[in-house]
Amino acid sequence: MKRDQAAGGAFIVLAGFVIFESRKLPFGSLSDPGPGYWPVVLAVALAAFGLAVILLGTASPRLAASEWSGSRKAIAILGACAFVALALDRLGYRLTMVAVVVFLLGVVERKHPLLVATAAVALSFGTHYLIDHLLNVPLPRGPWEL
Amino acid sequence: VEETLHGLALGFSVALSPGVLAYAVVGCIVGTAVGVLPGLGPLAGISLLLPVSFGLQPTTAIVLLAGIYYGAMYGGSTTSILMRIPGEAASVMTCIDGYEMTRRGRAGAALAIAALGSFVAGTVAVVGLMLLAPPLADFALRFGPPEYAALLVLGLLVLAAMSGGSMAKALAMATLGLLLGTIGIDTMTGFFRFGYGVTELGDGLGVVPVAVGLFGLSEILLAAEAEAPPSPKPPPFRELWANKEELKEAAAPTLRGTLIGFLVGIVPGSAHILASFVSYAVERKLSKRPEMFGKGAVAGVAGPESANNAAACGAFVPMLALGVPSGPIPAVMLAALMVHGIAPGPLLIDQQPELFWGFIASMYVGNLVLLALNLPLVGIFVSLLRIPYYLLYPAVLVFCCLGVYAVSSSTVDLWIMTGCGLLGWVLRKLDFEVAPIVLGLILSPLLETSVRQSLAMSSGSYAIFVDRPIAAILLGVALLLFLLMVRPARKAAT
Repeated sequence: MKRDQAAGGAFIVLAGFVIFESRKLPFGSLSDPGPGYWPVVLAVALAAFGLAVILLGTASPRLAASEWSGSRKAIAILGACAFVALALDRLGYRLTMVAVVVFLLGVVERKHPLLVATAAVALSFGTHYLIDHLLNVPLPRGPWEL
Repeated sequence: VEETLHGLALGFSVALSPGVLAYAVVGCIVGTAVGVLPGLGPLAGISLLLPVSFGLQPTTAIVLLAGIYYGAMYGGSTTSILMRIPGEAASVMTCIDGYEMTRRGRAGAALAIAALGSFVAGTVAVVGLMLLAPPLADFALRFGPPEYAALLVLGLLVLAAMSGGSMAKALAMATLGLLLGTIGIDTMTGFFRFGYGVTELGDGLGVVPVAVGLFGLSEILLAAEAEAPPSPKPPPFRELWANKEELKEAAAPTLRGTLIGFLVGIVPGSAHILASFVSYAVERKLSKRPEMFGKGAVAGVAGPESANNAAACGAFVPMLALGVPSGPIPAVMLAALMVHGIAPGPLLIDQQPELFWGFIASMYVGNLVLLALNLPLVGIFVSLLRIPYYLLYPAVLVFCCLGVYAVSSSTVDLWIMTGCGLLGWVLRKLDFEVAPIVLGLILSPLLETSVRQSLAMSSGSYAIFVDRPIAAILLGVALLLFLLMVRPARKAAT
């Protein structure tokens, strides 16, 4: 399968999903559109453009030719972002950021523990001071006030 | 003209008084500092520092906020150029070629061109604001929902027509952005669309988490996959500035960007966001080397940066002349004035000449302060690139999370950033441009509301889009553009 054909196919599937989900919203009429009208119109347009991408993309590279072998590190970084989203309100800003920097520098990059500890503390406590104290934007503190 | 010059003299006497001047300088410094933080843009900067202005005189307050605004705009460009992280929607286009210039060792030149372009655009647009505010505001008032809908459709098509890659792909991306923009509460009926029980999605997907995810996070993910980490070359000191050739290359795009930005900026609503996108598209079309766009074209930085700043000035026309804010930032500034008991509008010039002309003069002063402040700082900003990448990317990631969270103190925004990072990573690997998604996301609620309001005005008749001359002309141009786009695409397919 070609790269553009896969992408175009994904757009058509997404368009189908949006149309399916829009059934819960009143469509209204063409002259008096309801809240379901606009998403359906856009989904139809997305499906049409997806089809155009498929038809025009016959010369695109094969999907299998895309390089995904180095994706483990990228997935680890995405995991770190998801962890921040999950832990920020529960653990507090400073503790969460210390954990993230330790994970990225210590586990993913395998740097010296002293460098890891220094960077983790400096980044999390430094940014907390800047935003929470100087700019007065309250950041979550968590159960241990961290 | 005599009256204008007299007013301007009064304005300069206010703006150059030590107290007001000091606040202009402080505003520019604070704004730049906030804007340089990845993910924090002018809106976040002004909102965070708004309470500080409450205890000041009205003129000083508005001068301080304007300084923060310009400073943050420039600061946002810095992170766009050095790290590919836009602080707000207007910096999205600067990311593309600005970051490529950084990768080629021309970070200093890109920052200098951005600073000079912003200065020229800001200064020229202030002249426009001063001379043309009343008549332009009158013209802008003719823009009702049908004209606005037509303008937005044209803007989307201009972007698709002039994007370097496939038109079908660009339109698919813009439509995906428009679809993402339907998430949240429908402003006309109150229906919660695609919320799935997440109340934080009521206001829709925020531009900052989406832009930071699609640009900044996806860049980190792509770099993580590479065998060798990216090592943008920090330029040696004598190459820190733009060379003669680069300055020459930037001159015409700067002037075109200024004109485009100012004209787009005066339209009430949030059309000014289109300015940098349209400017980028125009520069790519006019360039003798369009293949350089996306690979570090000087015009790709100079045009959008100038357009962005000119639009920022243009956006003050409807705010000052009509009392109509043309986006969230002028709205916050309008609120600041109202806190002081001042209602901007047609009577402002007569009733508060010191404030009006002082504000205008402070724009000149602010632009000059920013130039004086930022050109020497180029070296310091560029030295960030000397930090090893394994230390830089965790720091950038922390700032991205912080910037995204700080906008509305919601972890839902962090999930959105993560999701958009994944989406941007996959799309960029599949050779799709992600900028049209951001534009679509921003324009979606405006476009939908304009279309539905137009239909309500015409009792359901679509003829309203062709009966009104401005809307008909704009849609005619859009149709012509679409047909011109379809022909080469069909040729390529056959």
